[in-house]
Order: sequence, then structure tokens, then C-alpha cells
Amino acid sequence: MQRAEQRSDVVTGQVDIARLAISIVGVVGLILVLWWSFNFMSSEEVPRLAIAAVALAVGVFGIWALFFFSDNLVTQLPIRIASAIRPFVFVGPAIAVLTAFLVYPTINTLYLSLFNRDSSRFVGLENYVTAFTDGDFLLIFRNNIIWLIFVTAFAVGFGLLVAVLADRVKGEPVVKSFIFMPMAISFVGASVIWRFVYAFKPEGTEQIGLLNAIWTGLGGEPVAWITKRSIDIPGVTAFFDNLLGVTVGIPLNTLMLIIIMIWLQTGFAMVIISAAIKGVPSELLEAARIDGATEIQAFFRVTIPFISTTILTVATTILILVLKVFDIVFVMTSGQFATQVIANEMYMQMFRWRDFGMGSALAVILFLAVIPVIINNIRRWQEERYAR
Amino acid sequence: MSTLNPSQRTVAESEGTAAANFRRFLRRTPVQITLIFLVFIWTLPTFGLFVSSFRSADAIQTSGWWTVFANPFDFTQWSLQNYVDVITADAMGTAFLNSLLVTIPATVIPITIAAFAAYAFAWMKFPGRDLMFGIVVGLLVVPLQMAFIPMLRVYREIGLNGTFLGVWLAHTGFGLPLAVFLLHNYIASLPREIIESASIDGASHFTTFTRLILPLSVPAIAAFTIFQFLWVWNDLLVALVFLGTGPDVTIVTSRLSEMVGSRGQDWHVLTAGAFVTMILPLVVFFGLQRYFVRGLMAGSVKG
Repeated sequence: MQRAEQRSDVVTGQVDIARLAISIVGVVGLILVLWWSFNFMSSEEVPRLAIAAVALAVGVFGIWALFFFSDNLVTQLPIRIASAIRPFVFVGPAIAVLTAFLVYPTINTLYLSLFNRDSSRFVGLENYVTAFTDGDFLLIFRNNIIWLIFVTAFAVGFGLLVAVLADRVKGEPVVKSFIFMPMAISFVGASVIWRFVYAFKPEGTEQIGLLNAIWTGLGGEPVAWITKRSIDIPGVTAFFDNLLGVTVGIPLNTLMLIIIMIWLQTGFAMVIISAAIKGVPSELLEAARIDGATEIQAFFRVTIPFISTTILTVATTILILVLKVFDIVFVMTSGQFATQVIANEMYMQMFRWRDFGMGSALAVILFLAVIPVIINNIRRWQEERYAR
Repeated sequence: MSTLNPSQRTVAESEGTAAANFRRFLRRTPVQITLIFLVFIWTLPTFGLFVSSFRSADAIQTSGWWTVFANPFDFTQWSLQNYVDVITADAMGTAFLNSLLVTIPATVIPITIAAFAAYAFAWMKFPGRDLMFGIVVGLLVVPLQMAFIPMLRVYREIGLNGTFLGVWLAHTGFGLPLAVFLLHNYIASLPREIIESASIDGASHFTTFTRLILPLSVPAIAAFTIFQFLWVWNDLLVALVFLGTGPDVTIVTSRLSEMVGSRGQDWHVLTAGAFVTMILPLVVFFGLQRYFVRGLMAGSVKG
């Protein structure tokens, strides 16, 4: 159909009036249908299932129809104009959505972060000064740093361990499935799973949480793992006290939340590292062994250097994810008991305190933290394009 | 995955004596024990929740879930009542439907838009192409938080706040950079001859795209579909910000998180509720594991 149209254009150089009319009717009709369906969906008298059906149909087919009819319309134009416009029919919706949902808001958020809570008064860098001097905010940043260090180190560490060990046994796929499975679970679901592990019953009653059952079984007193904000272990406490000068001891509950994230992300690290390990040339390992290297030496001198780039990529990815950690803290503690993190605080500034200036400033701080990664991504893309 | 490569096989054969076998057994046992231990630890929390979701409210509150293994075949202690309760009384059934309503369009729309854009970036020439694609690459890891406040204001003004359409568009916007980037990489790697021969045959770009490029791109599209589907299904933050927790629109994750707030000690509904939210991702995980892993790997850079 398309083919015939184009040829007739080439031959006659004229616009087929009938086809043009059909195309225009198609686009107008589609717009009317979409308009009707949005009204239908927001009406209150219609049964929910009918709304659901219309919503699915519009969501799934509407977008396809839009592309089809606008391409059809462009085809009716003289071929020169059509081929100049057509690329924008293809990329236009993507560019429009990206501009509306990411480019414009990003610029706007940078701007709003320089204003007061309802954006009525310019305050310069005041929000940032508060963020970096106020004790409550410093605690938040300290928590994020602890999250970043511990999740990245342990998720990558465990991931590497499982990848290396599983490489040597027969049941490798099964082992990897089990470790990877948490990746399918939402952060909210994972939080409920672990909240049950950490469940606390007063001393004297039977513990229903696994951790307290083990802990009391070993002779300890039951601990409220997610509300206990600090413990003191001589020697270790100093490390935590030196982070941003916030002196509250070892943040037991934050560490308990961190375990959830490690549990979730280890599978990710494992799968990527495992793929890299399989790419280490066996001749290299063989040569090392012939030269008398032990397995451990071969691992540290051959395998690790070979997969170091992969490990760095995995670590960066996990760092970016952890930087924005929200769900786990939101569900487990809502940021109480000194467990607050940046993303959850930003949410609270937005919805609880209605301070859009401070909320924006916190978003910008997250943004600034990923800028090196953005620059690196663009640089790498340019190199690849040049190489092509 | 577990097949030996050739060099390993020769080593195995040359060591084929009983003593060597025994040495290898000794060397491998600690590895196996460590792995079994790790798998055990990794699975135990989910398993405990799963077992508990079939126990009565009283039983969960008064004894640890592991105690059921003293007499697991006492069937009077198992029931589906928690699931019935959570789906009806706690509105998890409605939330499940809402989650589907949010997730399916929020997966299809960005993939469609991204596939068209990826094709244009890969095989059409137009002014500003490289600049626009560079912006897409730059947007890959921009935190979603940067979009919340301005978009929320716009949404409130035009009445999109708390609507399905609003949350589809939000997920479309946030999923697009990655979708365009991944699909572009794949579509650009298809052989040039295919596209050229199609155009010589007189096929328009639209026909080439729908009849040729889309079918060839199924692996990339499938991987991204699974990634985006799970991302949207498991998302809490975007839903809280743009959809809210009203009874008509709340989705499984926000419903579950509300239940933790309001009924934090009612483990019989929390355990069952958690499994209702997890069932679909787990089915996808076990059913389409290969695509699942590929999708997650590809999607791991998402902001």
C-alpha cells in the first residue's frame, strides 16, 4: 500500500486529494477518540472494569495508531518535504516526552532550588548552606555514605565470591538462580520479608523473628533491630563517628536496612561478574598454573586484573542505585530513629513540609553526585561513535 | 553454562586416578558447603514469609514459623484464609488490577515511542541527530528526583495528578532514555544491506520499520519489555508521587507499604499481601529467566 503511494508521488509529483482526505480524517478521528476516552476514564458513573478496558486499549493501541496516522499524513506531502519531515515523525514523540519529563524539569529544579519553600522569594544558596551545615542533614548525608560504602562493598564482594565459587561446581545455574531471585522482588516486598526476620517480641515471650530467635538462642536479650539507633563496640565506633563528625555510635538499624539492599543487589553483581569470569582466557590461567601459581595466586594475579573493568562498572551501577535508595527506608522506618536518607528526606520535604526549595536542593545534590557518570557515559558514546 | 571448556576437560582426564579424584573431592567440598550455606541464607527470609502466609494469625504471633516443621503434615494448621482476607478486606485485589492497569501501558508506550526513535537515530539522516542522541545518553542516569517537583506542579495544574494517564506518561518519560539507548544500539547493529535492499524494493521507512526492523529486534525488545514491566510493577516512588494512594488508583506496592504503616504487627495479612505483590515478578522470573537476566543487565544503568 505504502509502496504504491510513493511511486505514484514520484511519477506524478502530485498529491492525491482523496488519500490526503482519508489521512486527515484518520488523524482527526484518532484525536477525537482519545479525547472521548480520557473523558470516559475520568467519569465517575462508569463501572471500573469498563474503564480498565478502555484504558488498556488506549494505552496500548492509541500510541501505535498515532504513529500510523501521522506517518500516513506525511506520506501525502510532496516527496521532498515528506522525507525531510519523516525523521521528526519518528523521533518527535520521544524528544517531546524527554523534554517534558526530564530536560525541562531538570532545569526547573536547578532554578527552584535557589528559592524559598513556595518559590516566591529568591534565597540564593541558602538551601544548600542549610543542607551542608545543619546537624539533621549531616546525619542524612552520613547515612547515605554508610549505605554507599557497605552496600557496594558487600554486594560486589558476595557477588564475586558466588561467581567464582559457582564457576567450579556442577549446580552453577541453580545456585545462581537462588542468589539472583531477590532481584525480581520489589523493594517494598523485600522490606516486608526482612521486617519479619527482624520482628521483635519482649523478653519472656517466644520470638517469632528469625534473627531474634537465633540471638536469644545464643543467650542474648531480644533486640528491636530496626529502632535501635546506636550501639557501641570499642574500636569500631570510631570509624562511624568520624564520618562527617556525626557522633551517634554504630547505627545498628541503618546497618540492618543495608543488609536488605545487599541481599537484593548481590545477584546483580554476581551475574555480571560471572559473565566476565567466563571470558577470562583459559590459556592465561593454564599458563599461570604451569608456572607454579596456586589457585589463589592465579585468581588474584590473572582473573582479578582481567575483570577489574567489569567490577568497576558493577560498583558504579550499584553506587548510583544506592545513592537514590528510598523504598526500603520509607517502608521500614519512614526515616525515623536516625535512619533518614536523601531520597526519603526529599520526599518528605515535598509532601510533608511542602518546602519545594529544600526538596529541589536535595534533588540537585543527588544530581551533582551522578554528574561524573553522565560525563563518562557521553564521552564513551562519543568514542564509540568515532570508532564506527 | 556449566559445560567444561576443552582445557579443563584435559586436566580432568589426566587426573582421572582414584587418588586425584579424592583430592579433588576434598578441594571442592568446602566450595560446595560455602555455596549451599549462602543459598540457604539467601532463600531463608523469603521462605519464612512464604510459610507464614499460610498460618493462622494466632499461630504466627505465638510461635516461630520454623516450629511448623516439627509436624509439617498436620494440615489443620495450613489455610488460604490470609490470602482471602488480604485480597478482599485489604483491597489487595483491586490494587493488583490497578497495578496491571498502570504497568501494561507504561511498558508498551515507552517501547513503541523508543523503537520508532531508535530506528530514526540509527537509519535516518536529519539535522541535530547526534546532539539529540547525545542528550538521550546524558539523561540515562539523571535521578528521577530531578523531575518530581516541576512535574507535580504541572500535573496539578492540568489535572493529570492521580490519573492513570499521568502515571503512564511519567513512566514513559523516565523509561525512555534507556529504551531509546538500548534499542538504538541493537537496531544500529543490524546489517546495512537489509535496510538498503528494502528501500531499493520501494518500501517506505514505516514499512521497513514495522515489517523488517521490529521482527528482527525481538530479542532486544523482549529484554527491555521485561525490565520495564518489572521496574514499573515494583516501583513505589513514582506511584506515590504521581498516582497517590487513593482507593481507586492505589497499586500493590503502595498498598503494601500502607499496610505496613497501619497494620505493622498483623503478620498474617502482611505475609500474604507481600506474596500477592511478588507473585507476578516471580512467575516472570522463573518462566523467562534468560530474558529476565538479559533485561536486568541491560537496564541496570537506569536513573
